[in-house]
Amino acid sequence: MSEGIEPGTRGRIEDFLLAYAHAIDDGDLEAWPGYFTEDAVYQITTRENHEAGLPLGIFYCESRAMMSDRILALRTANIFEPHTYCHMLSRSALSSNGAGITARTNFTVVRTMQDGASELFAVGKYLDRIVLEDGAPRLAERRVILESRRVDVLLVFPL
Amino acid sequence: MSIAAIDELSEPLVWPEEGVTRIPFRLFSDPEIYRLEQERIFRGPVWNFLCLEIDIPNPGDFKTTHVGEVPIVVTRDEEGEVHGLINRCAHKGALVCLKERGNAKMLTCVYHSWTYDMGGRLKGLAFRHGLRGKGGMPEDFDLARHRMEPIRVEVFSGLVFGTFDPDMPSVESYLGPVMSKFIRRNLDRPLHRLGMHSQIIHNNWKLYAENLRDSYHATLLHTFYTTFKINRLDMDGGIIMADDKWHHVSYAKRATFDEAEEYQKADVHSDQFDSKLEGPELLDAWDEFDDGITHSIQAVFPNLGIHFTLNSLCVRYFAPRGVDQTELFWHYLGYDDDDEAKTAMRVMQGNLTGAAGLVSLEDGCINEFVQRGTAGSGDRNAFIEMGGRDVESSDASRATEVAIRGFWTGYRRIMGIEA
Repeated sequence: MSEGIEPGTRGRIEDFLLAYAHAIDDGDLEAWPGYFTEDAVYQITTRENHEAGLPLGIFYCESRAMMSDRILALRTANIFEPHTYCHMLSRSALSSNGAGITARTNFTVVRTMQDGASELFAVGKYLDRIVLEDGAPRLAERRVILESRRVDVLLVFPL
Repeated sequence: MSIAAIDELSEPLVWPEEGVTRIPFRLFSDPEIYRLEQERIFRGPVWNFLCLEIDIPNPGDFKTTHVGEVPIVVTRDEEGEVHGLINRCAHKGALVCLKERGNAKMLTCVYHSWTYDMGGRLKGLAFRHGLRGKGGMPEDFDLARHRMEPIRVEVFSGLVFGTFDPDMPSVESYLGPVMSKFIRRNLDRPLHRLGMHSQIIHNNWKLYAENLRDSYHATLLHTFYTTFKINRLDMDGGIIMADDKWHHVSYAKRATFDEAEEYQKADVHSDQFDSKLEGPELLDAWDEFDDGITHSIQAVFPNLGIHFTLNSLCVRYFAPRGVDQTELFWHYLGYDDDDEAKTAMRVMQGNLTGAAGLVSLEDGCINEFVQRGTAGSGDRNAFIEMGGRDVESSDASRATEVAIRGFWTGYRRIMGIEA
């Protein structure tokens, strides 16, 4: 599960992926684009689309600038019932190749709404390509593959 | 005024005499009315959207869907003919097709292996003649007298429609000339799917049907548009109503944007800041048509919507999942002759709509807010007089609720409420 990965690198990547999830859970969404490289691709799609090779998912950014726009939009323009996420991550399967490190990590996200209901909101896998910039991991690509094709109410915060 | 035509209800429905400018909140939460709608609307004299023709391109293809709550499977047989079947075995009533989509030579119910051809005709069943001469169906059992129940289907411009009503005129005459022409404008070219997903919204289906026709809210609730100055009610645009009022097209022309004083004066929350996108390539667009229309949304009664948002083309439809829950499906499309750059742009602009749409994600919750807000107030009414009290096309303005009044005009007619 860790082909060609130094134990120290695994530790750094695991800490990095955990910090990403905690930033979102803590509402620090302005930090979110910083986990990516400048021209990174971020997409949330469904298993159905992914397996059929369909390019259009639910949420798509192809630069850090677009990620910042998403956050600005949800802070200033979009209207929705306030809610929070709580991510739970699996251990990551890592492998190394010329383009960086690929990682596959399962996740579940529980969403808590204003009435107090904490319910399973999303379950799926992260398919990541991670590069080291000055030794620090950054996501060059993150595909969030939801198991279900069906979103409850709406999706506004990144996963 | 109480309405004799729905006295099947345990308590008569009271609809104020103002008619379609007053909507009783009870219509959104009463399970009896919901059940009656299943029969009078979805299984009644309408064409329901079932699926896209590209869902079933080849002989043997099938796609499951719904008419109201009734499970349906749409198939294409060996000869290329499209069929609509109630997805229910003629034996015990089990679902026949369990998969969302697929390709098959025959359809077989898993329960007792009753097997149908792609047109729903029963071709065989397990142990018909019993085992070792014992058991089996009675001698007078006739395969030809049992089949999956068919519904009428018709394909129009890549859209597959179905009806339970044997006397319905064609889809084209149901749509009328203006609606038909606009659907052809958008869909009468070879199409392919770019992506799909669905969304559960926690509201009665009619609140979504209203929302789809509500041009008044577009730039007030959906503030991404106004924030980034993409589309506001002061853009040149209007509402075209079908003759029977329950379908419509709302359109806008981006190039004619100018600053209306009313936005400044009204101090609406959608005009309180002037932002710029860091990634403005999101909104790069090319003229798809020479009519200048850059945004359009078309609703077809009861369950279909088609939109073009800049260059993003999407067919959306919904299925009621109970009196206070609706599943909304989004199917994003491209044209077969799109080059890579156009495909990339359509994928990018898929961000604007859908469950996470930058422009319209609010529709996922706003109808639920109405559902929750009207709970326990069945004797009160909504007030729908923006743009007047009529149901006529409006080429002057989209600051109107005319298409919502059109929906209720059709609703009252089909439910037997209209005098």
